[in-house]
Amino acid sequence: MIVELGHFALILALAVAVIQGTLPMLGAARNHGPWMELARTAALGQVALVGLSFACLMYAYVVSDFSVVNVVRNSHSLKPMLYKVSGTWGNHEGSMLLWVLILALFGAAVAAWGRNLPPALKARTLAVQAWIAVGFYLFILLTSNPFVRMLPPPADGLGLNPLLQDPGLAFHPPLLYLGYVGFSIVFSFAIAALIEGRVDAAWARWVRPWTLSAWAFLTAGIALGSWWAYYELGWGGWWFWDPVENASFLPWLTGTALLHSAIVVEKRETLKAWTIFLAIVTFGLSLLGTFLVRSGVLTSVHAFATDPTRGVFILLLLVIVLGGSFALFAWRGPQLAGGGLFRPVSREGGLLLNNLILCTAAAAVLLGTLYPLMLEAVGGGKVSVGPPFFNAVFVPLMVPLIIAMAVGPLLPWKRGDLGGALQRLWIAGAAAAVAGAWAWTRDMSTLLGLLGMAMAAWLLVGTLVELAGRIQLFRAPVTESLRRLVGLPRSAIGMTLAHAGLAIALVGMTGDSVWKLESIQVTAPGETVTVGRHSYTFEGAREVTGPNYLAIRGSFRVERDGRPVTTLEPERRRYPVERGETTEAAIHPTWLGDLYVTLGDSQGGEGAFVTRIYFNPFIVWLWTGVGLMVGGGLVSLADRRLRVGAPAPRRARATAPSPSAPATETVTP
Amino acid sequence: MTGLPVSSKAPPPAGMSSGGGLRARLPFLIPLVVLAVIAAYFYVGLGRDPHVVPSVLIDQPVPDLALPPILGRDRGLTTADLKGEVSLLNVFGSWCVACRVEHPLLMALAEQGVVPIHGVNWREPTPEAGPNWLDRLGDPYTLVGADPDSRAAIALGVAGAPETFVIDAAGMIRYKHTGPITPDDWERTLWPIIRKLQAE
Amino acid sequence: MADHPEAAGGMRRRLVKAVVVLVAILLMSGTGQAGGIQPDEILADPALEARAREIGRELRCLVCQNQSIDDSNAELARDMRILVRARLQASDTDREVLDYVVSRYGDFVRLRPPFKASTLLLWFGPALILAAGGLAMVLFVRRRAGIEDSLPPLSEVEQARLEALLGDRPR
Repeated sequence: MIVELGHFALILALAVAVIQGTLPMLGAARNHGPWMELARTAALGQVALVGLSFACLMYAYVVSDFSVVNVVRNSHSLKPMLYKVSGTWGNHEGSMLLWVLILALFGAAVAAWGRNLPPALKARTLAVQAWIAVGFYLFILLTSNPFVRMLPPPADGLGLNPLLQDPGLAFHPPLLYLGYVGFSIVFSFAIAALIEGRVDAAWARWVRPWTLSAWAFLTAGIALGSWWAYYELGWGGWWFWDPVENASFLPWLTGTALLHSAIVVEKRETLKAWTIFLAIVTFGLSLLGTFLVRSGVLTSVHAFATDPTRGVFILLLLVIVLGGSFALFAWRGPQLAGGGLFRPVSREGGLLLNNLILCTAAAAVLLGTLYPLMLEAVGGGKVSVGPPFFNAVFVPLMVPLIIAMAVGPLLPWKRGDLGGALQRLWIAGAAAAVAGAWAWTRDMSTLLGLLGMAMAAWLLVGTLVELAGRIQLFRAPVTESLRRLVGLPRSAIGMTLAHAGLAIALVGMTGDSVWKLESIQVTAPGETVTVGRHSYTFEGAREVTGPNYLAIRGSFRVERDGRPVTTLEPERRRYPVERGETTEAAIHPTWLGDLYVTLGDSQGGEGAFVTRIYFNPFIVWLWTGVGLMVGGGLVSLADRRLRVGAPAPRRARATAPSPSAPATETVTP
Repeated sequence: MTGLPVSSKAPPPAGMSSGGGLRARLPFLIPLVVLAVIAAYFYVGLGRDPHVVPSVLIDQPVPDLALPPILGRDRGLTTADLKGEVSLLNVFGSWCVACRVEHPLLMALAEQGVVPIHGVNWREPTPEAGPNWLDRLGDPYTLVGADPDSRAAIALGVAGAPETFVIDAAGMIRYKHTGPITPDDWERTLWPIIRKLQAE
Repeated sequence: MADHPEAAGGMRRRLVKAVVVLVAILLMSGTGQAGGIQPDEILADPALEARAREIGRELRCLVCQNQSIDDSNAELARDMRILVRARLQASDTDREVLDYVVSRYGDFVRLRPPFKASTLLLWFGPALILAAGGLAMVLFVRRRAGIEDSLPPLSEVEQARLEALLGDRPR
């Protein structure tokens, strides 16, 4: 009964979405208030209905209702409760339901908090959002219905892939989708603006919180997936350039570019068409990612439950959404002339460079991801494009980006002084030299360590120089500097955090790529292995029983210079129901590097096992840095000017009737 | 949808120029073109199985093989055995479920004697596993060689089992079939190729 | 798709639809086990072993389809690692080892696509995009800066008004 309720609620949500997509759009065109208002009600109704639908499916998982095919295929009565809940979205159908739930959530958020939006813009935005939802409701109902019954019900389910039975991966999809799908609302704003034919500073201000939140979620989602791979896959890798990883990284790259170009629209009323384009592309890449994962056109370790019919449907959806948007863009885009003038060396120039590099990087990753498919389609044979290609292309692009990242924020709008900015950065240059030299003395076999560490130091110190300049550190009394620090706009603090976060993450990426230590051997109980400055004594392994798995747990006593450091207990788990195995690495994180141990097969009897011991230098810096980046996004979100629902700026109102008369109009002679 | 801005009665907002001529519009059409190209590729890509890797060994001589016999047999398989007449070379293993699916067809072909079938017994967990499997289900192979460490499989560019090579009288690989041979595959693809090669 | 030694439950996609899910799970569980290289494979000569690692990272595991043979736990990947080491010990150059594997499996087995006519677009694509984007940017910026030069300077009143309108940046 509950399951049918969920099914019915989803159908009802489709109907509501159709209404939300049409009447408010017409209302906005005819300036018909009540019809426009309908968007708000419908958006809230939609989220209630999809929420109910999702809750019903979750209920079926929680009570292990094995009359539902989806539950049978992906759950088991003995599974721990956390994974029964997360099993709801640990499969294709359920994850699509989560997808539309988040789509509806963002629509409802705009409906609920967007009181300061002009009614027509809001109505159109919500209508566009509703049309995306219509497409996905149809997709779920026609090709991927999670509410299909199975009669008679089997005694128990098939279980969930053991790899997915992990707290990190339980929350990876929701966060990732909040990011992925969060860009839908930015897209809807962009389409609404194209329909209206107007993009201005006010529009950029309204959109910025949504871009920021989607970006922060996406960053966190990608990082969580990466972290999971790091501790779960058993060799400490954290990025593989897998097509599905690339699919989530692409919208991140263009989304980051969007975040920066929208600032130019907000402050300087230029780059309007470009920003709209980025908004469309970013969500388009999210859709593309969904297509790549679900259609099976690419081979990937992630390929779960792929099916060509679904592929055709999503491809159709992709073509309609993007084709329509790009056509509208081709029609209306040329009319979005920019206002603000600037010199090449200026804040605008810096942000443009950022956009150029980020978009080139995105295009390169897209090219590499799709190239095998394209070549095969024209009969050019089969090739693989793997990590060696992506590293060769991506790393050189990041070098100028990071150099510019320290310089850009020091340049004023309109016209900057490169020499002056570089002079202020002398200390960053010195730090880069020291860090590079230190890296070089550690390992002279590769320049990568030198390059990475020098970059990280340059960016970190450069970012701090910018902050110091803002708060007049050392030039004003300390109390004055502190007062200024507290008084800084939240968005400025956010930028500092995010840029510094990237610098810190870079330390982790470099350290782990260049100085990783590895030792693979057969270890008998009592034997000691030395890796780097630590010695690991294997004290044997024993069997333990988990809630739905059996495990062998090894124990390692770790010492450094004869002093005990920690005891590491890696596991190998066997899941009898799912007939799968997982490796649970034991990790002791330190700022200098993680001690990372995994247990392999038992070998040669007498309690000996294959053991793999790694020292992953600075990897904690990677997670910390990404955490800072997400934090920067959130702090920025708290900026008074950008806060969702904050009253429209007084200036903008003063120039009513249109709350956003572009500033440049009045000053152009 | 009309697409008319609400404020259309008001003077057009600043920054909204007439849009310019075709030249100014051209860059705005690029995304549409790129999308069309990508979508077309995807449509073609959807019809393909990305797991099938075509062989680069077609029209190449069979690589040098010198496979030892499987347990209990006295003759293995060498490249020289694959010359002189058209034959099939089938890579199989007792661990391979799809090989079992294919097995009855191979038995039927062996019974008809239309073409000799040779086997590469790939990566058995124990030396007995392969012979036991053949004893239990029947042995369609004229000659069988053991390949416990994938040397032959890698030389033949094999990624999974079963894979079947059509080899001509000169010992050249002329066709490779990936996955179990279904009666349909046999009728439509393999048998015509073999007949043609036998006629040469 | 065909069976692989470690995906013994797999069956051809067309045969039983439900098996597709199972195959996906099996393929994934293949990645779940601790990374590839076993102690008995490692060569005594560290220089040779380091070269073997370099080569291993360049070669795709055909069974898992998206991992290098170094990262893969698949048996075929293990056999390929052993083969690579055997060839290195028989004093093959890195190039010769790679060429041998490519001669058996085609370019598909290389994670770094070879540099040839069909991959020109791949290798030069990013540079082309950067150049085209850079050119567009330069043209755009020139126009922006150019217009500014041709405009009369703002009057004080206009300047003040401009500042007021744009003025939410901190000063």
